[in-house]
Amino acid sequence: MEKIGSPLELEKLTKSIQGKKKKEKAFISICAGTGCRASGSESVIDAFKEEIKFLGLQSKVRVKVTGCHGFCEKGPIVVIHPGAIFYQNVEKEDVLEIVSETIIGGKIIDRLLYVDPTTGKKITKESDIPFYNKQRRIILGNNGKIDPTNIEDYIAIGGYSALSKALFRMIPEQIIEEVKKSGLRGRGGGGFPTGRKWEYCRNAKGKPKYVICNADEGDPGAYMDRSLLEGNPHSVLEGMIIGAYAIGSKVGYAYVRNEYPLAVKHLEIAIKQAEQYGLLGKNILGSGFNFSVQISRGGGAFVCGESTALMASLEGKPGEPRAKYVHTVEKGLWNKPTTLNNVETWANVPIILNKSANWYSKIGTEKSKGTKIFSLVGKINNTGLVEAPMGMKLHEIIYNIGGGIPNGKKFKAVQTGGPSGGCIPEKLINLPIDYEKLTEAGSMMGSGGMIVMDEENCMVDVAKYFLKFLTEESCGKCVPCREGILQMAEILEDITKGNGKSGDIELLEEISTVIKDTSLCALGGTAPNPVLSTIRYFRDEYNVHIKDKKCPAGVCQALIQYSINAKKCIGCGACLKQCPQEAITGEKKQPHTIDPEKCIKCGACYDACKFDAIKRE
Amino acid sequence: MHGELLSKDFPAIDAIIKKYGERKEFLICILQDIQARYGYLPKEALTRVAEKLDIPLIQIYSVATFFKAFSLRPKGGHTIHVCLGTACHVRGAERVLGKIKRDLDINVDETTKDMNFTLKTVNCLGACALGPIVEIDGKHYGNMTTVKVESVLKKYSIKKME
Repeated sequence: MEKIGSPLELEKLTKSIQGKKKKEKAFISICAGTGCRASGSESVIDAFKEEIKFLGLQSKVRVKVTGCHGFCEKGPIVVIHPGAIFYQNVEKEDVLEIVSETIIGGKIIDRLLYVDPTTGKKITKESDIPFYNKQRRIILGNNGKIDPTNIEDYIAIGGYSALSKALFRMIPEQIIEEVKKSGLRGRGGGGFPTGRKWEYCRNAKGKPKYVICNADEGDPGAYMDRSLLEGNPHSVLEGMIIGAYAIGSKVGYAYVRNEYPLAVKHLEIAIKQAEQYGLLGKNILGSGFNFSVQISRGGGAFVCGESTALMASLEGKPGEPRAKYVHTVEKGLWNKPTTLNNVETWANVPIILNKSANWYSKIGTEKSKGTKIFSLVGKINNTGLVEAPMGMKLHEIIYNIGGGIPNGKKFKAVQTGGPSGGCIPEKLINLPIDYEKLTEAGSMMGSGGMIVMDEENCMVDVAKYFLKFLTEESCGKCVPCREGILQMAEILEDITKGNGKSGDIELLEEISTVIKDTSLCALGGTAPNPVLSTIRYFRDEYNVHIKDKKCPAGVCQALIQYSINAKKCIGCGACLKQCPQEAITGEKKQPHTIDPEKCIKCGACYDACKFDAIKRE
Repeated sequence: MHGELLSKDFPAIDAIIKKYGERKEFLICILQDIQARYGYLPKEALTRVAEKLDIPLIQIYSVATFFKAFSLRPKGGHTIHVCLGTACHVRGAERVLGKIKRDLDINVDETTKDMNFTLKTVNCLGACALGPIVEIDGKHYGNMTTVKVESVLKKYSIKKME
């Protein structure tokens, strides 16, 4: 491949690829994101490739292995073009039929279609499925259209045209102005205005300047950054190159979480291809601008999502944060001016330049512009990645897109913002989701994790879960975070063990204030949020744990008892086999009983029973 | 791996260091590659890195013990990662972990006596639709329950391998 030497050449190449694609009418888009891979999409891909080859159809039907389509619940997902026929939960045994019936015969296979649970109707087209058509997928939508390991797929949908525009038709100040005008704010959690960050960094003294892509996505239950890097790495790269040009940087780093091997691989391929095409490296598109990107893999520390800790880690040191009296835009990596943005933030940049700040700022609310990708997980029917305009109501996300709560259970709360965030209760179900509203509700946007909980989830247990997480992830540098979180976790442990005392809630609140006010970095500064928000909305549940020594949701082991409902038990013996303590006895076909003395409350019997006969209270 | 054996493997370690231009800032990446090669960070390898990069061993030790990805002890033949991400947690991951601990008779971050399994937890594998999820040697087992644990572990038991 010869390097593209000018904007005109890029335009020509784009047109020629698009021309080729037009002829290629039929293709099979198969999701190979981590979720679908875990459900077995790789064997489906192999089967398709084999079958297409066997029938000699390679020149007519392309098997396109794409990144995450978002609807992880229904994986492996296969979409047949033309027509965008959406098949769900595809197994390799289905492949032969799909090729002969749908691809060759043009017929639709009923049993692989999505069934709308509210109407019971089968839906053929991807875009007609409520999960998709209620979203606004300006960032994620391209994932299904491109093979992330093929730069030409990205160029075909207008990729790198924003870069060309930035380099040849705009000066750096104009780019910064445009990003400022768009209202884009950091998608990693803080929500700092991106354009202003760039401006500070451009004006900061000192050289060289650095650009960093923060892909150390550590919030448990959040995986949108990974899906972007896996599914559309060039969009992130293009954003970084534009940002680097705007602030005057020649060197960039992508700090990717070590648990994301596929994201690393796809980004590596993308960097190599962009270099080959003259879109990265020296003299980009013949503009004279040079920029290179290196990948650094994280070492598995949550605190490295914090900018100064991440920079320490990039320097080869333990990832401990420092106080930010001097901002990283002035003194960041190697004490030089540094702009750090999150994956999703970078991916927004090319869209803003292409469609204009005016267009972009029309999406969203007054202070939160554009869309946000959420990972909708937990007790929800449609687990997956959801991209919604800022300001969409929680109710719409959970019920219209997410399809509600499984197994007829009652919605209790949604946890947003990861360990720094909080729980939003059912009474706030009509809350419009943006940065301000979430903060007012005692939570935060964070990276966009949304963990849905039902009546079987205990809020004290959830608070304890996050505090335990943070005790392990606190780097230990400052005392309030290291010791404070530990003390709070111990109080919560006591409460869930039935050793809670009156005054515990007040003590938790008091320690929270100290940790918030005196911690060095945002990890400690936001650590009490999960506790404070659950106390705020579920104080009664805490009280029942402390005073009555009961866990109403049936989660806290020490406060529950397992027993067998003799009316429902048919004596199948499934629970008896699973019990590690031989605590369950009973004749075959006769109701069994549990000996509470022997029971260790592991819950194995509860999982094993198919007749809902195990009581947990 | 014993010290003598490992010193014969120094060219491989040197190659890893060279891949990153013998630059100190890539210490974490270098350690990751060494870990990938041996399954843990052997002391001799760390000494070699210290020499080559001209940094004190104690600094390498502080990095190696700070990050979760590293282990200073050899791992078992199969590494089990139980995801304890929030989505898995609310769907009962703790119960699955408890069952694995009981069945293997080890705690988290420990290795079975026969060196067959090492048990680890992870904060999120990002396959939340399949939670609770357990990953063994890179293969995912979704929608895990205490009931399924036994049959999954059986696939990797030594008897079966023989």
